[in-house]
Amino acid sequence: MSDNPVFKQIEHEIGSNQVVLFMKGTPAFPQCGFSAAVVQVLNHLDVTFKGIDILADPSLRQGVKEFSQWPTIPQLYVKGEFIGGCDIIREMFSTGELVEMFQSKGVPVAATA
Amino acid sequence: MAMDPQTIETMIKEALPDATVRIDDLRGDGDHYAAYVVSSAFKGKSRVQQHQMVYAALKGRMGNELHALALQTSAE
Repeated sequence: MSDNPVFKQIEHEIGSNQVVLFMKGTPAFPQCGFSAAVVQVLNHLDVTFKGIDILADPSLRQGVKEFSQWPTIPQLYVKGEFIGGCDIIREMFSTGELVEMFQSKGVPVAATA
Repeated sequence: MAMDPQTIETMIKEALPDATVRIDDLRGDGDHYAAYVVSSAFKGKSRVQQHQMVYAALKGRMGNELHALALQTSAE
């Protein structure tokens, strides 16, 4: 499993970018309401992130689900750590935990949500 | 392909027998659900782990037959 080339690609992306969102579509043109919701939260918080369109790459689409042991897209990674999908991000945003998480990891974030 | 809410609830309860499960059909189309799951098995687990436990209970259906299941979990 660990020699799956897609896993190496994923490890590289989450290792070289502070915040990575595996999503359907692009940040400018999300192709799914759940991906759009997470993009909206990140934009609202002024968090710089790299959006990776899994629709453009079927092997990545399947690979990231196995890598994270998570069956759905979007998936948010911060500093290499899987934070969650749309439900978790929305819940963490509404409780203020999302801002705290970004701050504790040293990711620049808009102070007031 | 859709799943009926009773099947979703049954599968979750098979894996988490003490769970309290509520399923809402968000659009009335049998394809977009919200599930609220409370189980003592979630104690001490992160949200990601809690959701992974529910996904495991659904045995691969999440992301396939089951397109949209908004999930909220709690230990109490």
